[in-house]
Amino acid sequence: MAESGKIDPMHQFTIEPLFGTDHLAIGGYNIAFTNSALYMVAAALVLWIFVLGGMKRALVPGRWQVAVEYFTGFINNLLLANVGEGGKKYVPYVFSLFMFILLANFLGMLPLGLVGLHPFTFTSHFTATGVLAIMSFAIVLIVGFAKHGFHFFSLFIPHGTPAPMIPVIFPIELISFMVRPFSLGLRLFVAMTAGHVLLKVLAGFVINSSNAGVGYGLTVGTASFVLMIGISALEMLVAVIQAYVFALLTSVYINDAENLH
Amino acid sequence: MDAEAAKVLGAGLAAIGAGIAALGVGNVFAAFLEGALRNPGAADGQQGRLFIGFAAAELLGLLAFVIAMILVFVA
Repeated sequence: MAESGKIDPMHQFTIEPLFGTDHLAIGGYNIAFTNSALYMVAAALVLWIFVLGGMKRALVPGRWQVAVEYFTGFINNLLLANVGEGGKKYVPYVFSLFMFILLANFLGMLPLGLVGLHPFTFTSHFTATGVLAIMSFAIVLIVGFAKHGFHFFSLFIPHGTPAPMIPVIFPIELISFMVRPFSLGLRLFVAMTAGHVLLKVLAGFVINSSNAGVGYGLTVGTASFVLMIGISALEMLVAVIQAYVFALLTSVYINDAENLH
Repeated sequence: MDAEAAKVLGAGLAAIGAGIAALGVGNVFAAFLEGALRNPGAADGQQGRLFIGFAAAELLGLLAFVIAMILVFVA
């Protein structure tokens, strides 16, 4: 890579089968255990350990329990503010979703490259975020139709719409409703991808300018490296904000299903 | 025009969308701060709406990025 002076910023998103499972298949479909799957398992495992450590239910909570209760309380308030009392039963789902995405974003940013491993952010793949978005959307559809039956379609006609406007408003609202899973999944996927590409492009500047000579390395390389540190901090902010936005929009959509308008 | 050149030009033009989305996101936070400084008591209750507005404005910038990536790497 370095010898050609061309660093491919998209290489980090390559999915590779691990542990010799390249040709593992069920019914003709390859189910190889990939680096993406490894990081999903890692995120789920870290989340499991995190919550398990905080389930002591002590009257005077320790630090760990306070940390877990802070997050559950945060999601609880989020659903209470957006859905109301009926939102209580979605706390486990939205909490798992939020923490899973948050941990995935952060695990992908660990500086594991220093010890020769390749960190992988599976939220930078539309297949992963798309499935998460479809899960949220499926809950909205199932709850909406189970609770309101065909009355759920009144969601597409806002209150006080004049009768002549209904044929125009209905398709617009329907399209804006059907686009939701795409925009939900796309937002997380692109935000993570863009940040990681930016970091790798800047890393390419540092390497190439250092190879070009001491003068270039000191001027261009140092400036790019300082910028990389700043962008890394920004990426952590984005990791938290995108997880929060995913949970927030999920709860807003659940509110539509739970309370119609 | 050469097809390869048109692709790269299109990707560059898509970057305009990212810049305009930055204006939108800045607008969302500016308006929130303006309101929050006038009535700090009501600010905390509106943070959810702030981030919904932020997400809606940001999405279009991200879509511009997707268009650029598709033009460069897929098309």
